[in-house]
Formats: sequence, C-alpha cells, structure tokens
Amino acid sequence: MASSSDLLYTEEHNLVRKMAYDFTRNEVMPIIAEHDRNHSFPHELLPRMAQLGFLGICLPACYGGAGMDFLSLGIVSEALEYGDSSVRETVAVHLALHALPIFQWGTEEQKRTFLPGLAAGDHIACFGLTEPGAGSDVAALQARAQRQGGEYILSGEKMWITLADVADRFLVFAKTQPDQGARGISAFILERGWKGLATGTLEGKMGVRASNTGWINMQEVRVPAEYRLGQEGEGFKIAMSCLDNARFGVAAGSVGIIRACIDESVKYALQRKTFGKPIAEHQLIQQMIAQMQQDLDIGELLVWKAGTLKNQGVRNTRETSMAKWFCTEAARRAADNAVQIHGAYGYSDEYNVERHLRNTKSAVIYEGTSQIHTLMQAAYTLGMRDDRPLRCPMPAYDPDAWQ
Amino acid sequence: MNIAVLIKQTPDTAELPKISVEEARSGELRATMVLNPWDEFAVEEAIDLSYRFGCKTTAVSMGRAGETDALKHALAMGVENALLVDEEVAGGGDEWAAADALAAAVTRVGEEGDVELVLTGKMSVDGNSGVIYAGVACKLGWDLLVNVTRIVDIADGKLIAEQAFEGGQETVEVPMPVVISVAKEINEPRYPSFMGIRKASRAAIPVLGSADIHVAASSTARWTDLEKPEVEQVQVRIIEGDSVEEKAARLADVLMAEKVI
Repeated sequence: MASSSDLLYTEEHNLVRKMAYDFTRNEVMPIIAEHDRNHSFPHELLPRMAQLGFLGICLPACYGGAGMDFLSLGIVSEALEYGDSSVRETVAVHLALHALPIFQWGTEEQKRTFLPGLAAGDHIACFGLTEPGAGSDVAALQARAQRQGGEYILSGEKMWITLADVADRFLVFAKTQPDQGARGISAFILERGWKGLATGTLEGKMGVRASNTGWINMQEVRVPAEYRLGQEGEGFKIAMSCLDNARFGVAAGSVGIIRACIDESVKYALQRKTFGKPIAEHQLIQQMIAQMQQDLDIGELLVWKAGTLKNQGVRNTRETSMAKWFCTEAARRAADNAVQIHGAYGYSDEYNVERHLRNTKSAVIYEGTSQIHTLMQAAYTLGMRDDRPLRCPMPAYDPDAWQ
Repeated sequence: MNIAVLIKQTPDTAELPKISVEEARSGELRATMVLNPWDEFAVEEAIDLSYRFGCKTTAVSMGRAGETDALKHALAMGVENALLVDEEVAGGGDEWAAADALAAAVTRVGEEGDVELVLTGKMSVDGNSGVIYAGVACKLGWDLLVNVTRIVDIADGKLIAEQAFEGGQETVEVPMPVVISVAKEINEPRYPSFMGIRKASRAAIPVLGSADIHVAASSTARWTDLEKPEVEQVQVRIIEGDSVEEKAARLADVLMAEKVI
C-alpha cells in the first residue's frame, strides 16, 4: 500500500516527519496529559522546540529561520498535534500568526529587527485580533489607535488570545480610522513591559488546557510608529492573510489528531474482546475505523494541496479554508468515534482520545468557525467572492534563497 | 583521525511483532525502517567526539542497495559521511561474514589506515546477536572495549574510557586503533537538525560492492529453520492486603518466588 508520504512528499519531508514525530512521542506525549489535567502550560518544551528550529521552520535562514518550506510546517504541525493540540497551537500562533505576517508585510528593517529573536525562541509571540464583542465579525472590533506625532496611542481589549500570558511580543489590531469599518484597521507590534499593557489567563476551558488562553488589555499604550505593520488601514488584509497561514497549521494538525485516533483505536480494537472476539471484528467498529481512514486520506490531500500552493506563492485562501473546514470537522468526528470505540475507558483521561475529543471542539470554532468556512466556500462556488491580489503576497518558497 | 560508526537499519521496534517469518526469510520487510536504536548512541558519541577532538566521522552500514534510511538518519544527526556496503559482499552469510565485510569497509574509510576508532551499539533490535563488533575487532586485529559509558580522553595514540560491568565501573586505557561498543548510558542522542536533514536528503551515498571488497570467510552458520514464538499469555494477579505495607510485602514475596528479584 503506497503511503501518502511516499507519493506526495520528498525524502527531505519524510526525514522532517520522522524527526517531528520522534520529538512528539519522546518529549510531548509523556508529559502532556498531566499538563492538560493541571491546566498548565508546558514551558519546558519551548527551549527544545526553539533549539530544533520549530519556531522558525519556514522562515529564511537570513532571518534566523530553518529555511524549510510550507509543507514542512504542515508536517511539524501534524506531528505535534498527534501528541496534543496545545503544542501545535504554540507554533501556529508564534510563527504563523506573528512571525510570518512580519515576513510577509514587514519592512526589511522590521524583518531584521524582529524575526531572528522569534525564530530563536528568545521572544514568544501571539496574535490579538478577537475582542469580547468581535470574533468572526472582525470589522466590529473596538480597539482604537490614535496617531500622536511619532507614536500611536492604543486602547482596547483583546479576548481568547492564545499565549496571551506567555508571550512577550503581541501583534494586535486596532482602528486608526474608526469610521471606515474594515478599511480603518491597522496592525501593531507591541512588547511586554510597555506601560498600559496588561495580560491575563482565562480559566475553565473545555479543551486545549495545556495551552495558555487569555486576554490583553491596552490602556493608552504608546507604540512607536515603526512598530506599525503594513500601511495604515491595511490591518484587515493583514489579519486575513495571517489566517491563511494559521488555518493551514490547524488543518495539518487536525490530520495528526485523526492519525492519533486511528492508531489508538486500532490498537484498542484489536486487544479488547467482547462476545468472544476482538471488537475489531465487529462491523460497526469497522465502520468507524473506515470513516477515520477515509477522513485521513482526504485530509492529507487537502493539506498537501494548500501547502503546495503556498510553496508556489499562489494565493490559497480558498484551498486553505477548505482544508481547515474539512480537517477540523473530520478530526472532531474521528475523536468522537475513537471515544466510542474505547467505550467507558474512552470517557476517562486514562486514554488520550478523551483529550482529543475536547481539543477538537475548539478547532471547529477558532480560525474561522465551520459556519464561516461554509459561507466562504459557497461564495467562491457561486462566484460571489474573488480574492484580489495583495500588496504584499506571501513569497514563494525558494530553497536557494531561504537556506 | 577518522571515526567509523557501524550502524544497522532495523525495523521500528513497534513494528517488529508484525513481521512474518516469510518476510524475515526473504528480507522483504514491510515495516518502517529506522536506525537501530542502540546504534543511535554510537552515532551521537561520534558526533560529540568530532567536536571534542576534531575527528572526521563516517557512518557505515551493510544492507541491500537503496537501504539508506539509517545512513540518512545518521547524516541528518550530524555525521559527515556515509558508506553503504552491499550485503551481497557477505554472500548471505552469518555474523562472521558480516563482520568480515564491515572490517574491510572500515579500511576503505578516509585515507588508508586513517580510521583509529570504530564505534557501534551493543546489538541490533532485530538480530540481537551482539557479536558483530567483536568480529570486526578480531578481523581488524584491534583491541575491543565493550559497554563503554564514557570516553574520557584521546591523546598520544591512546584512548581512556569508562566501562560498566555488573555492580561496578572501571576506567581503562587502550592503545589505538580500537573498536568500542557503547552503552545507552553514554549520552542522549540528539534529534536531526533541519540543516542536517537537508544535507542528508541531498547526499549521494557511495556503495561498496563485491568488486570493491573481497570477503574470503565463508559462513559457518545458516538458518535451518525460523519460527515466531507463540504469543505469550499474560495473566494479571491482583495482590490483596489490608495495608499498603502488607500488599508490598506480599508482592515482594511473589516476585522473589518467581525469581524476578
């Protein structure tokens, strides 16, 4: 049986896959259940992930990155989420929602100033878009940025921000022209320690408990003008392009969850006996396993398609949205079926599948709910939506220039 | 100075039980092939010694043409060069023939006579013989150190190492060249780096075949039969007791009766 690894990926990719899965099995899986139980962030993993280059995997070497391609980012995301969603989220937020936007939209000076420290893990970064009253409706955000000479004065509140209480760099969005809706939003890089900037952790999450989720409060934070990312009023486009990056990681990570659910379910179904035979021989169990495998095969192809377009520098908003929509829903189905296969044991945290089920519920909400992606896909198919060229498109992967 | 690291490509240990007798006989294993876990320690030690003493490192493996997964892994970890010995050289022979072929390959690494240290793991997870390195040392006529837990120093043509043995540890000094099998306590193998992965994926690994190496030794042992052991039926016994201490004492009695402790 030919595997997708052999058909779709190069030897280099497969070496990355082996390394990333080894890391997950050796470093993540032994500790993550306890962190999930305690709602604690696995700080001990950050230096290891930084040392291996995960935090700057698809940034060019001239900016301190590992110089790998976007498919490699997908592979690492998949491997990390095979262990737990929270660890993959860290890479997605730090790299895809903060460092990559600077790489895409930043001036050369901003790239040289900010990216090496992010790639090395000297700084941990997050992304502040969502507000208490503005989620999917980004244009409704209330944070304000007022220009005063060489500075902007930022005030507002951000909510449901991954790594809010861990990060020391923040990419936040605020309105510089409040009367212009989405076209009045601008993007700013903030640093922990600046006067008026405070963060906190949100408690009581259903899943991704080993990730930090919190709030950012800005009370007249003075931000130097050179810390604005992109042009004034370009924030909405920057935010949407950020989501193209992050949704790719979410989709790839969901493939990792499906794979984990298959591995755990197959192992359990072959061992557990009912009515005198392994439950793997019962057809309704087989149906659930087959559904998972079908979802895995489709998900892998969608992720590969989106990643390949990214490597080519082709606009991929539709394909990435499709991959995110399908893979997160498929991962939720797979985790649900995996718990069902494990029976009562699956309902306890003795097995990983219970954690995967809780985690997968968040992924069909963040980075665009499944409903948003449904509407997006309908709009593309009906000819009601077209992606215009960006002033700063994400550069195509160039193995010579990036390494 | 050159270091040769002898490594083997073995099935992922998680997949070992899935391998059938037919696959083992034919050598056509339908399993994920990896660098033998015991050999990872030898590769790590070679890389560490290259930093400490400026040695050049070459990973050497015997296998079928194209079986380079383990060698690529070693390159990705940081070994400088790799060399594959076509298993046809050993003519389908036993461990003695394999040792003969590998010893001949060691002499082809770097400049002639330049290799002064051969490192290897204690055994392979598939063959489990644990004798290849002894055969290589014998064929080369070099000293042999086994179960080495630390290489203390290399200076003035001598190597100082710590060896573990049952209940103790000793420090020894040997003249070089020398063959060393390392214990898992010697280090913690690193993960491949992205730079190493790029180098490994682009590497063209040279192959030594029968035209390059002549192995005179004929095999003295061959498989006459091969079968998988019966799946062991595991029974669970719950040790009862009124207190933790009583349960622990009863458990200790049972373990002693079964000669586990």
